[in-house]
Amino acid sequence: MFLQTLVTGLSIGGIYALMAVGYSLVFSVLGFSNFAHGAVIMLGAYLGLALAVKLHLGIGLVLVGSIVGSGILAVMNERLAYSVLRRRKAPSLYLMISAMGCSVFLENLVYATIGSRFYAFPEFFSRQVVQFAGSSLSLLDLAAFIVAFLAILALHVFVTRTKTGIAIRAGVCDMTMCSLMGVNVDRLIMVVFLLAGAFAGVAGVFLGVKYLVYPTMGWVTNKAYIAAVIGGLGSLPGALVGGLILGVVETFVSTYVSSVMRDVFSFTLLIALLVWMPNGLFGSDTEEKV
Amino acid sequence: MDYILSVVTLAAINMIAVLGLSIFTGFTGLFSFGHAAFVGVGAYASAILTYYYYVPFFVALVAGAFAAAAVSLIIGVPTLRAKLRSDYFAIAILGFGEAFRVILENLEITNGARGLPGIDSFTTLPIVLVALAFSVWITRNFLKSRYGVACIAIREDPVAAEMSGVGLFRTRLLSLVLSAFLCGLSGGLMAHFLSFIQPVMFTLVQSTQLLAAVIAGGMGSITGPLFASFLFIVLPEALRVANMWRLVAYGLMLVLIMIYRPQGIMGYQELPDLFRRKISRSGTK
Repeated sequence: MFLQTLVTGLSIGGIYALMAVGYSLVFSVLGFSNFAHGAVIMLGAYLGLALAVKLHLGIGLVLVGSIVGSGILAVMNERLAYSVLRRRKAPSLYLMISAMGCSVFLENLVYATIGSRFYAFPEFFSRQVVQFAGSSLSLLDLAAFIVAFLAILALHVFVTRTKTGIAIRAGVCDMTMCSLMGVNVDRLIMVVFLLAGAFAGVAGVFLGVKYLVYPTMGWVTNKAYIAAVIGGLGSLPGALVGGLILGVVETFVSTYVSSVMRDVFSFTLLIALLVWMPNGLFGSDTEEKV
Repeated sequence: MDYILSVVTLAAINMIAVLGLSIFTGFTGLFSFGHAAFVGVGAYASAILTYYYYVPFFVALVAGAFAAAAVSLIIGVPTLRAKLRSDYFAIAILGFGEAFRVILENLEITNGARGLPGIDSFTTLPIVLVALAFSVWITRNFLKSRYGVACIAIREDPVAAEMSGVGLFRTRLLSLVLSAFLCGLSGGLMAHFLSFIQPVMFTLVQSTQLLAAVIAGGMGSITGPLFASFLFIVLPEALRVANMWRLVAYGLMLVLIMIYRPQGIMGYQELPDLFRRKISRSGTK
């Protein structure tokens, strides 16, 4: 029972981590919480669904299509809704309100056009379970966990080892200085949103396969946001660790305490963390300066 | 006629809540994605009092408003004392609002997610108008008092305000409690007008609508948000827009306002100011 709960928690945590990375990436560079990320994940799931149902593609191509589509969406989102504010050096709160607006806009646009019906992906993973040390693990959960882990590892390598990655990290430290050193900041931010969007695509497909596809599915990303805060907003290893911690803790709460109190617990955890440890486990100092 | 009357009543009820949020966002400079929860506290507290305990309407209404103010302390004291970054605060209160909804959905006395049907409809337009006038009066006097001035000082520059001896925590908390009080009042009126309340009526979507009215109406203005919230309720009714397209428009509007006119329609002005300025300008010519 204990081990089973742990394993289930880790697999949910993997998906949380995938989504949390998107928040962390954008936060680290632009310093605001991009609430439109949830809507991009939702659109990624719809795109994957369309590819799977209409074109009968396999899981590999569905993932690729969704990654590309969500990446482009995220970049468009930045261009249309954030870039003007960013250039004007508006307070980060304005960016956040704009992001909130995008999220409300996209979610309800889907409601109004596609409708509120719940859609299911075709079964990509047979209902087979893998026995592991006395606990059973579904193939889907296993795949989600492995993909999440590999994707975040790849991102970490990209950020630490490539030229663009170094530029991103430099931008995190000081955007103005970075642009003075000859880095094209607009292109840099485009890459960041492209990456965040790509992760949203993967997360969207896995969320859709695991649960269902519907307009407000992006709200699960509230949890991912909490995960990002636990790990420290802006930190990639933090997003992974935060996601896993939240997934495990939540699963334990719903198994041993009560499943309805799970969400109350998560939100209380969020508030408590923001109050006592706003920098999270791996985050850098975020105090407002004069 | 009945229809028009009910739309106007609903708009006036909504204006009270927007007024409350305006104190907190427009004048104290903190953003909240959770004020619908305070409306919900007021609605549920007053409805439970009249529904189960047959408390007189006015007593229940006042009790609902005080309940909302008390609940605001639960979230306000820890978060405001910690002096969170303004966007972290907005997120903390968002989490609070969502947690509140989950709690409502699982309590016995609130009848869970099904909601409370058959609340006596005591609310009438004159009562709402009196409540609105009372709220505007309180808000205006608050903002003219030293506490209100302190709020505005904090909005302009928290560090400079603190240097000048304004207590950040106490002033912000006072502003939150007053804004929650007005939201609770609005909730009580709403519950006894619609005679049915449900947890989904007090979620992030409603918080966003309140915030959209304050931002669109203009920060640091009383009349601007009132005007905007009236338009927000009346226009979709007049144009017969389906609810979801309304939300599509709200979302789009938030983005467009942030890009083109972050100070809102009335940014830092009142409706009478506009006329006064026009008169004085034409007088000098």
